[in-house]
Amino acid sequence: MQHQAGNISKTGRSATIPIRFNLNGQKVEIAVDPTERLLDTLRYRLNLPGTKEGCGEGECGACSVIIDGLPANSCLVPTFQVRNRIVRTIESIPASSLQPMLETGATQCGACTPGVVVTANWIKENSGVLASHSMRALMAGNLCRCTGYDGIIDGLEKWLGRDGGRS
Amino acid sequence: MNVLMPTSLSEACAFCAKQPDLIPLAGATDLLVHWPIHPAEHDKSYLDLSHVQELRTIGWASGTLTLGALATYWDVLQDGRAKSEFPLLLEAARQVGAIQIQSRGTWAGNIANGSPAADGVPVLMAYDASVTLTSAGGSRSVPLHEYYTGYRKSVRRPDELISAISMPIRKYDFSVFHKVGARRAQAITKIGVAITRESEAPSLGEGVGGRENFHPWRVVANSVSATVKRCTAVEQLLQSNSPVRKPEDFLPALASDVSPIDDIRSTADYRRTVLARLLYHSLRNVAPAVT
Ligand SMILES: Cc1cc2nc3c(=O)[nH]c(=O)nc-3n(C[C@H](O)[C@H](O)[C@H](O)COP(=O)(O)OP(=O)(O)OC[C@H]3O[C@@H](n4cnc5c(N)ncnc54)[C@H](O)[C@@H]3O)c2cc1C
Ligand code: FES
Ligand code: FES
Repeated sequence: MQHQAGNISKTGRSATIPIRFNLNGQKVEIAVDPTERLLDTLRYRLNLPGTKEGCGEGECGACSVIIDGLPANSCLVPTFQVRNRIVRTIESIPASSLQPMLETGATQCGACTPGVVVTANWIKENSGVLASHSMRALMAGNLCRCTGYDGIIDGLEKWLGRDGGRS
Repeated sequence: MNVLMPTSLSEACAFCAKQPDLIPLAGATDLLVHWPIHPAEHDKSYLDLSHVQELRTIGWASGTLTLGALATYWDVLQDGRAKSEFPLLLEAARQVGAIQIQSRGTWAGNIANGSPAADGVPVLMAYDASVTLTSAGGSRSVPLHEYYTGYRKSVRRPDELISAISMPIRKYDFSVFHKVGARRAQAITKIGVAITRESEAPSLGEGVGGRENFHPWRVVANSVSATVKRCTAVEQLLQSNSPVRKPEDFLPALASDVSPIDDIRSTADYRRTVLARLLYHSLRNVAPAVT
């Protein structure tokens, strides 16, 4: 299933909606088609293709972004809903952050990796959540067909400076 | 596609009064699924509630917990008092999708969506929640167990919005929520059940006339009927203290409470059998007559 920007507006009748939001620390002003998903706006209009589409139904987490400080699936967000919000994408995370993940085999084909890193980075920046949630529970919305998850959890442990290990 | 973007509840209700075919939009986690391949949905008119800040509240006042219509699963997971007073809300919230869904999905959206597999609805119902429906003409409150009238049908009029969900703060000495799905996270419920037992007759003053028909048990099942369903025959069985010595002893009561079907996720038979077992193993040595 290919969803291209060109066929987002099936009817062509909709008036666009002008919105502003903060994207990776920069102000963005853009007129969006009301049917446009944040995923498509990012990839096809704002040139940020790091956010991936896997399932288009909220299951896989490949499209994960951070909205007002919380992880969200950008495939389920109408872009007009992020007006006046703060959005962060994988592009805001330094590539060097990936190093611990590379060392533990957290990435193979790479399809899930941007989403995994967005969620993992959120956990790192909000490590208080680990008091009430296990790392695996927090990562449960990021599916990976390749690694079997142990590498991802080990990479995250390493990134957080915790004991590695698959206990 | 036409989108209206109110910033207050009264403005939202005014829009609904003028145009009752507006589709409310909250976290969009139900509405946006596979959005690009549903062009017919793109021709409709939407009411975006997401910036109506007054609805994003969790209130504890006068013996009641009130969740505003924009309260999310994550909001409840962060509420320390909810954890001690309404632990099943947290149980269910943790099992809805994963964090990306919990951060955006609302309890009101879960109710309004009307899926029989909804996981938020059974725990709310087990706490005797009521739904506040608000229109330009005013508000009314409907007990959640009377909200649904059939598969994805409810008493909500098209010009009404769910503005809040409220639950009396009571003392419970037993509560449990079980969700059976194909895997632990990101799975739609095949069979679910929420059970609470109130620990004592509450003090007078809760409602006019007190609670002379005090029944301590609430048993609510999801994915086994056209709607999430309160199992009043099972509640009565527990109340009557008739002996239950094996899972099958729940089946006669369940036969009048639920009507599971065969579908893509499971079979009617499996659902009935597992529900009886969930009840039995949850209640054994908890309910006096279940041994
Ligand atoms: C990957 C994935 C996993 C999921 N897992 C689960 C799960 O485990 N358990 C579960 O129960 N659900 C699950 N869901 C479904 C969904 O997340 C929940 O039902 C959620 O609570 C919906 O809330 P929302 O705010 O996103 O609703 P929306 O999508 O915004 O709206 C849902 C419906 O409610 C209506 N509505 C919303 N707010 C109001 C209001 N205030 N007044 C009147 N009508 C209103 C809308 O018009 C729409 O019909 C999942 C969804 C996805 C995509
Ligand atoms: S593409 Fe958004 S969750 Fe899979
Ligand atoms: S590395 Fe291939 S899907 Fe995760």
